[in-house]
Order: sequence, then C-alpha cells, then structure tokens
Amino acid sequence: MATTDTVERVSALEAEKYRYGFSTDIEMDFAPKGLNEDIVRLISAKKEDPEWLLEWRLKAFALWQDMPEPTWQKPDVPQIDYQDVYYYAAPKKDGPKSLDEVDPKLLETYAKLGIPLKEQEVLAGVEGAPRVAVDAVFDSVSVATTYRKELESHGIVFCSISEAVKTHPELVKKYLGSVVPYSDNKHACLNAAVFTDGSFVYIPKGVKCPMELSTYFRINAQETGQFERTLIIADEGSYVSYLEGCTAPMRDENQLHAAVVELITLDDAEIKYSTVQNWYPGDENGKGGIFNFVTKRGACRGRNSKISWTQVETGSAITWKYPSCILQGDNSVGEFYSVAITNNCQQADTGTKMIHIGKNTRSRIISKGISAGRADQTYRGLVRVLPNASGARNFTQCDSLLIGDKCGAHTIPYIESRNPSAQLEHEATTSRISEDQLFYCLSRGIGEEEAVALIVNGFCKEVMQTLPMEFAVEAQKLIGISLEGSVG
Amino acid sequence: MALLKIENLSATVGGKEILKGIDLEIQPGEVHAIMGPNGSGKSTLSYVLAGRPGYEVTGGSVTYDGKNLLDMAPEERACEGVFLAFQYPVELPGVANTTFLKHALNARRKFLGEAELDALEFVKALRKKAKELNIPDEMLKRPVNVGFSGGEKKRNETLQMAILEPRLAILDETDSGLDIDALKLVSEGVNALRSADRSFLVITHYQRLLDYIVPDKVHVLSAGRIVKTGGKELALELEKTGYAGYEDEAA
Repeated sequence: MATTDTVERVSALEAEKYRYGFSTDIEMDFAPKGLNEDIVRLISAKKEDPEWLLEWRLKAFALWQDMPEPTWQKPDVPQIDYQDVYYYAAPKKDGPKSLDEVDPKLLETYAKLGIPLKEQEVLAGVEGAPRVAVDAVFDSVSVATTYRKELESHGIVFCSISEAVKTHPELVKKYLGSVVPYSDNKHACLNAAVFTDGSFVYIPKGVKCPMELSTYFRINAQETGQFERTLIIADEGSYVSYLEGCTAPMRDENQLHAAVVELITLDDAEIKYSTVQNWYPGDENGKGGIFNFVTKRGACRGRNSKISWTQVETGSAITWKYPSCILQGDNSVGEFYSVAITNNCQQADTGTKMIHIGKNTRSRIISKGISAGRADQTYRGLVRVLPNASGARNFTQCDSLLIGDKCGAHTIPYIESRNPSAQLEHEATTSRISEDQLFYCLSRGIGEEEAVALIVNGFCKEVMQTLPMEFAVEAQKLIGISLEGSVG
Repeated sequence: MALLKIENLSATVGGKEILKGIDLEIQPGEVHAIMGPNGSGKSTLSYVLAGRPGYEVTGGSVTYDGKNLLDMAPEERACEGVFLAFQYPVELPGVANTTFLKHALNARRKFLGEAELDALEFVKALRKKAKELNIPDEMLKRPVNVGFSGGEKKRNETLQMAILEPRLAILDETDSGLDIDALKLVSEGVNALRSADRSFLVITHYQRLLDYIVPDKVHVLSAGRIVKTGGKELALELEKTGYAGYEDEAA
C-alpha cells in the first residue's frame, strides 16, 4: 500500500531538467574526428611531448586497437563509435599569463556551475580569498592555475600534466603508468594513447600541503571525448588533500569520458582524494549523457602510508569506476567512501578494489548507493589478501536505498583471502525511503523534494562527513538536485 | 470565526470506511479532546486533517481559518499552521534534529514570506526553546528520534511544536507509552504553548492526560462518529463507565 503510494507520487512529479545544461561559446581548435596513429602523433605534437612519451602513446594505441571492451560490468554499454569522436579540442588562445587574461565567459561558466563564491574569488584573484588552489581544466588545456607561487615555496608542484612533462620529466617518466599501466583495460589504454591534459601534483618529503588542491573538470565541446590524466605523488611523510569535481553542459550525443588517475604514496605519506562527479546524466528517457569510464587507482608503496578515496557520484549516463588501493607497504591503509546516486535511466557500476600485499595492511569500504526512477546500480568490490599480508584487515559496508519500484540495486562483493590471519568483515543492507519518513517531513512543512534530499543526505552522512568542508555543502546540494523530479 | 470547522466528514482507509460523518468546530484558543475506544477512528481523523496519503476523504468538508483544508498538500497545511504530534514519531537516521528543525522552520517562514533564519540565528532560537522545555543540547545533535526513549520522542514532538508555533496542534495519543513523569513533562510543554490564538485537538484513549492538559470540550468518538460532546467532566465520567455504552449508540 504505502509503497505503491510512494511510487505513484514519484511518477507524478515531473523530471527536473538538468540544471547545469548550458554551454559556453569559446572557439575551439579541433583535431579532425576519429582515431588513428596520425591523430595520436598530432596530439603528441600539440602537447610537445618528448620522444619517450610519444612512444608510450603509440604502444598504447597499437595495443588498444585489438583490445576487447570490458564486458563483465552490469550496465549495457552501447557500441562506441570511436571514429565519431574528437580526440583533441582546446581553447584557441594560448594559456593566459594571468587571471586577467582568463576569458570572462569561463568565469561566468564557473559561476553558473555554482562553484562556491569563495572559489570564484580565488579564480578571479580577489585579495584575501581563501587558499584553495584551482587548476581549472577547461576542455583539454589548463587555463588557470592559482597559488602556484605559494605552493612552490613549499616545493609543491601543482600544474597540468603536460607542463609537468616539460618541467619535471624525471618524476613523470618514473611514475606515469606505474599504477595504471596502459595495458590495464581498454579505457585506460585509450587514455594513455590520447590523453590531452589533467593535473600533476608532487608533494616533497615531509611537506603537509597547506591547502586543499582542487580541480574542476568540465566537458565543453560537443562530441569531444575527455581523456584527462592525473598523477599525484606524495613523497615520504607528506600529506595532500585533492578535490576533483565536474559538471557538464546538456548534450544530445553520448560523450565518452575515459580518465585515469594514479596516486602514489611513499613511506608515511597520505593522499586524500575527493570527487564530486556530476557529468550530464542524460534526459529522463536516457537520451544523451556521459559515458564515464574511469580508472582510478592508488598505490600505497611506502610503509604506514594511506590513500583515502571519497566519491560522490551523481552524474553520467553510465558510470564505470572502481577507485582502488594497492596496499604494498606494511601497515598501509586504504579507504573508499562512496555515495552513488542514479536516477531516471542512469546506470552505475562502481566500487573498489583493495589489494592487501604488505603486512598488517588495513582497508575500509563504506558504500552508499541510492537508486531512483528506472536506474540501475551495482556495487562491485574486491578485497584480495595475498599470502604475505599477514594481519590484514578489511571492513566493508554496503547500503542501498531504493526509491520507487522500477530501479535496481545490486551488491557484488568478491573476497579472496590467501592468508589465514586476515580478518574480513562485510555488511550489507537494502532499504527504501519509507512512506512514514516522507510524511513525517511533509507534516512539518518540508516539501517532498527537500524531504527526500534530507533523508538521503542522512543516509549518506557517514560518507559525506569525510568530504572536505569546501566540498561538503556543494555535494549536499547536488544530492538534492540529482534526485529532483523523480522522487517523492 | 472558528479556526477549524469539520462538517459531515467521512473517510476511508484502504477502501474501508473509518470516519462516517464527523462534525466538529474549534474556536481559536480552545482545547478540545477526542476520546474513544481503539478502532473508533481517532488516529484516522488526525491523519486526515494532516493530509496523510492513503487516507481518502469521501465526503464532507474541513474549513481551516476560512480555507478549504482538504485542498491543501500536507506540507502546505503545516505551513499554514497545522501541526500533528505523532503517536509514533518517525526516525530519520543520519538527519540531525537541529538540521530537521531548521528545514521545517524555514519552510514555514518562507511560506509566510518571512526571511529564513541563518544557522546562527536558528541555533540561538532553538536553544532558547529547548531550555524552556528542559531538553538537553545533546538531544538536538542526535539524529531525529533515533535511539530516543518513548518520553524523549514525545518531548521532541513538543519541541517541534514550540519551534513551529502552530495555530492548530493535533496531539495524537501523546500520552501513549509515557510514564507519569514523562507525561507531566510533555503536558507542561503543551500547556506552556496554550494561548488565545492557538487551538488544540487532543486525541487520547485515557482520561489521565486530561488531568494535565485540561480541555474546554470533550468529544466521544465511536465507530467513526462523534456520539457525545461535553465539558471536561465528561472525561471523568468515561473513566468510570468506559466506552461500552457508546459503542452501542454508534451501532
């Protein structure tokens, strides 16, 4: 009874238009559509790659051509026409020398995206603005980098990866592809061949990065694939918190997004990586929307090191993403905190892999999935304990919340333990927003959509509170926005 | 003008007729008690007034402050000043009591065209009310009703009422599950809110609540109809005779 009623009201509400559906008209400098070795060479030339990087790209491209698409995920992925995609697009102007030279339209775009005012101030270079460094990626080339000087005084490198290739070739050469090799999977392989930009961070020994580093990604050109590549290295005893967030304008065509993120922590180092993902999810009938095929992996190479992933995934038509930790160093710690929201026709297959290699390695997985409309989502996780990982521990908790009766939620946890001393715990729940909870909120004057946002934010609280302050408020709002229109 | 005027109201739940023609008029400032045996329709009446989905009005009318209450969405009724204190307050895991109350109050303020309170202003106002009701700060930080004792839940309902300042408060078996000390505390909270322009509809099974919240009028509800109306002495009479006689009358 009660359930039926919720469902009726769910369907009665009109699906909200994608709030960030707009595009900015900046002249694009396209490479021709399609992919072949010439395009790879063109991208490499445009990026002024050194010879070794070109070779790496070409090896990746050669392998990619014969590599099968992954098929084990639950979502139905339509056949992607790789020849119908642009692989290189960049704003026509050269990168601005200062913020004054930043295209005002770009700043407007950030404003529309609801980037917190304080971060806009940072972008606008307002005096006394809080210290959040933003390496803004607008399509494929970084156009604004702030606070670099202050970071430099600590010896921190925070720049676009193409710049790092030039300024810190030894670091890039040593670590690029060392966590996610180009042969890892088809999407990561494509990224290796054609990646255009992304962020590079190096935190030197013993340095605690004095501010949150933040990057906003945004797909802007029609039919432009995004192939960002991020590499973060935390040297011994260092710490950094990195924020990544993205929204995309409304598009009809499906857009391919295959990013790669590699994190490396050496002895006693820690990286906290937070993502708010809000790519265009497609309309209420599933038309359009981003294919978000991301390979994110961190290697805790050093003893006592730690990598913590937090993700709030609300966008994309299809999400395929498993931020993982390879716990090599003894006593290293991996964490994965995830909120995934799918609505309308969205599909998400997301989770994590925790590979315990070192002794006394610990991992913690907290996954909160919310499915509404006709959406379908899967938590897919792997906890693997190798023979030498004595004393390894894992705690996994997967909670799913269903809204309506046409959506799906699936939990697929794989556990492989080859060490008898390992302690692994797994908890899972599936529930619905109850009619009682909803009516309780309504009877206090709180409207249906606000009520759902409140209840869902409560459900996700454990994960949301791991987000840095800069992100938490925005992410809470995003949860509300993502569920608008199809829940009640 | 009556604040609430119910005329010949009938309603069904899951296709079953529960209310069979209720007439009731409450003036501003009045406290009315509705008493009746289990299954007589007491809670149904409170849910119908609050607009709970699944409670279908099949006839009659409800006029609140001159407006058609039945035309309004539940949240609109709340914003117009109708408050239902739940018999079984609902748990909202992860939603801090303070957050919930702030959303509720600001929804009403927005509706009334008043400026929304910012976090600081709100916390100040909330602390003041909580102190008056002897509610510890710690209870404000906990998730709504999660892990609350029966008494705490009912006190929390009273706090919500104090914050939202309704014009019509419906208390649905507020005394259920309370020991005598908790009952006193909750009643004190309610009595503190009594005023010339605030009306109460107190629904209860037992007379003892009415020792603390003294009503102006008492109605006996039986089998979906109000079968007798009187002053506060009617409650005492019921305590002696029980509902048996009225069940016959309704049938």
